[in-house]
Amino acid sequence: MKSVLKAAQAGTLESNDVMIIVEPGENGINLDLESIVKKQYGAAIAATIADAAKALGVTDVNVKAIDRGALPYAIRARMVTALERAGIGPERGA
Amino acid sequence: MINAIGRDIPDYIEGFGQVKHYRGAFATLPGGNAYGPPIRASRPGAVKVCSGLEELFKLLGLKSGMTFSFHHHLRNGDEVVNQVLAVAAKLGLKDIGVSLTAAFATHAPMIGHINNGVVTSLRTSGVYGPLAVAISGGLLPGPVVLHTHGGRPRAMAGGEHRVDVAFVAAPAADERGNVSGVSGPSACGSLGYAFSDADYASVVVAVTDNLVPFPLAPASIPQNKVDFVVTVDSLGDPQGIVSGTTKVTKDPVGLKIADTAAKAILASGLLKDGFSFQTGAGGASLAAAHYVGRMMREGRIRGGFALGGITGYMVDMLEEGLFKNLYDVQSFDLESVRSLGRNPSHLEVSADLYANPFNPGCLVNDLDVVILGATEIDVGFNVNVVTGSDGVLMGAAGGHPDTAAGAKMTVIVTTLLRSRLPIVVDRVIAATTPGETVDVLVTEYGLAVNPERPELRERFIKAGLEVKDIHELKALAQSIAGVPERIPQGERIVALVEYRDGTIIDVVREAAE
Amino acid sequence: MEVRRSILFVPGNNPGMVQTAGLFGADVLVFDLEDAVAPSEKDAARDLVSMALAEVDYGRVDKCVRLNSLDTFCQADLEVIVPSCPDLLMLPKVHRAQDIVELAGLLDGLEGPYQGKIGILAIIESPQGLAEAYDIARSHERLMGLLMGAEDYTAMVGSLRTKAGHEIAVARSLVVNAAAAAGIESFDAVFTDVNDEEGLAADSLLAKNLGFTGKAAINPRQVKTINDAFNPSPGEIAYARLVLKSLRQAEREGSGVASVGGKMVDAPVAKRAEKVMELAEKLGLPGAGDE
Repeated sequence: MKSVLKAAQAGTLESNDVMIIVEPGENGINLDLESIVKKQYGAAIAATIADAAKALGVTDVNVKAIDRGALPYAIRARMVTALERAGIGPERGA
Repeated sequence: MINAIGRDIPDYIEGFGQVKHYRGAFATLPGGNAYGPPIRASRPGAVKVCSGLEELFKLLGLKSGMTFSFHHHLRNGDEVVNQVLAVAAKLGLKDIGVSLTAAFATHAPMIGHINNGVVTSLRTSGVYGPLAVAISGGLLPGPVVLHTHGGRPRAMAGGEHRVDVAFVAAPAADERGNVSGVSGPSACGSLGYAFSDADYASVVVAVTDNLVPFPLAPASIPQNKVDFVVTVDSLGDPQGIVSGTTKVTKDPVGLKIADTAAKAILASGLLKDGFSFQTGAGGASLAAAHYVGRMMREGRIRGGFALGGITGYMVDMLEEGLFKNLYDVQSFDLESVRSLGRNPSHLEVSADLYANPFNPGCLVNDLDVVILGATEIDVGFNVNVVTGSDGVLMGAAGGHPDTAAGAKMTVIVTTLLRSRLPIVVDRVIAATTPGETVDVLVTEYGLAVNPERPELRERFIKAGLEVKDIHELKALAQSIAGVPERIPQGERIVALVEYRDGTIIDVVREAAE
Repeated sequence: MEVRRSILFVPGNNPGMVQTAGLFGADVLVFDLEDAVAPSEKDAARDLVSMALAEVDYGRVDKCVRLNSLDTFCQADLEVIVPSCPDLLMLPKVHRAQDIVELAGLLDGLEGPYQGKIGILAIIESPQGLAEAYDIARSHERLMGLLMGAEDYTAMVGSLRTKAGHEIAVARSLVVNAAAAAGIESFDAVFTDVNDEEGLAADSLLAKNLGFTGKAAINPRQVKTINDAFNPSPGEIAYARLVLKSLRQAEREGSGVASVGGKMVDAPVAKRAEKVMELAEKLGLPGAGDE
């Protein structure tokens, strides 16, 4: 189990992208989602974000996501980048 | 009752009345004679000009419960609807029916008039902007009726849709009531949607900000149709009327779709001398015209006519000799406005001549190919163009169902996904154009052919096109984006989708929160 | 992909372009982590490309990633990208054979036990790289091709970059020759004016006639033009068919000499005909294959 050490952000507000902001949190993965496809894919987006966090061993984090119709692969990628920037996982920094 | 495309539509709808059910694209036929407006007389020297809308309302004794009609040639620049309804509200009129060929963001003040009971019903080909969102939420006491461009003149000629006063926004008019759209500060080109109003309304009023010396000739609507001429300061914002220069998209995905559509047209065998064509002004549609034009040049093909909403791009094709004529029911940009005013081969046509199924010869029946868009298309090839994937009103039926029914080959161009949302679905939210009138779907992942057209499919395969089954495209969209959750819809019916023959093909229910 | 006519560069941090990259008929997709990505976004682009390689179905194309140069972020790129199994990696700013050997060494250390060996494409874009092109071309068995990088090269040499491309004529031929001598493929530089379709067609035809096996594209709209230029033309296929037929006939008749239209078919003519027909068959072009 790992925890998010600091706030970090990844992604953009371009179409097909998602901007993800992670912050230290308690009591699970808390998602604040804004999406142009929330009605159709809100639950799927939440699941993708939670899976990406769990895959990196993160169980407690506050996530704000502003989605512009990103596909699952892009959501996963942005979540991983945000968590890495927040100090999770192997430091692969540029 | 379950109608011919499998939609369960009530027989009676509150706020509308008895429903005539859709039975097939050509199954419902007219009967009886055409409706006629009251006969009017005029004496020499009678004055038609009236110096304001309020004065006109008082002069005519306009009252609650009447139906007022308007055209949408000024598109998002129109202020005439707002001005007329403001006067109606000021004078305390209630229960006004509005017949507006399409409603845009500029018409948002109508929300207030509906809330206050000034306006209680709306007939239109489509609604955009805040008004659309409000109506989707149940703003109107009854459902909005969404008609096609051909369906409106049909309903007027049949006497089903009666208009008390037609307010015809006139970019130029003279004191005798001759009206033209090609000049003046609010020049919009063709006035094709207003012709039926001039033919069938009980009173016809030209509203102009540009009174020119008599005689204004040539006139789109001549003085023998017009009862009054009202002068106002401005018809609206010229910026919102025309879209400037329409350009071919540079988006590679749109270009790929357009290229495939053009190849399908070539493979269909329809592209030969006399070729007739209609396409929209949207990105991929216009790009398809670009590729079709190139093939016509290479094959030295001289087309017959191009039809519909006209853009500068079609004007270029006319001037180059690729088409003999343009039939213009709506001019989209300044180039087409200018061309209509000076080129005798560029002809203004009424919505009736364009698309009314119940006359002896609408032009859509003479189309070889039409290229159209979609907000959704289902595996039965039924197309939705009136709501988004979320069920909220956001588009117009327009000439979509008319041209699809008339053309020898109807091609729908769309991306497979739009912002992650699959466009090819099991069942569209609001069927606007029935699948039996749609032949080909072109996406960036390949094209699909209506199983009723096996000969087209053969031709496309022979030409090396990437032909897929429409179910395959639907599955592909879902494999890329995931299966979307169903949009919950309320019970209340907020819009009726009226087919061109006057039957109800589908309904839109309230967007649930 | 057996035939590599077009290689399309795709900005590595743009989800929209990454997801649609496979739609335009490119033989090789190059997800770019180098010039198309700002230094502060290298990590995000790596994650995005890595996920795309794992999840997006690109069909039968070669999936390639352009790395950052060995002296910048290459190592970090490899750690994220190699596990998602690209077919190829493209290394920019290759100045000497040792650069390729070094990259191959890094790959040996990072590839999983059951992972196929990832091929390498080298960009020759410096005067030194060009001078050492042949040594680079035969530096390692992983190397499958050289790409001419004209923008950096002309800037470093100090020549004026023009559409006609006279300034890179010799450089192009040196790259073609080095690759041919080592038995690997060669790719021409991108044509940067994406709105000049005729210019691109002419430049692609020039590249093909110089001996390049393919050409890079900077925009999806360029792919079809490049593919069309590198496809054997119907005339070339018809002529190759005649040549091969006359060779078979000569063989059957025991005559040592074959001829087409009164001209003797010598070894180079025969070799060219075989190549044209092989390419046409792989591409499934009309007129290819047995009669």
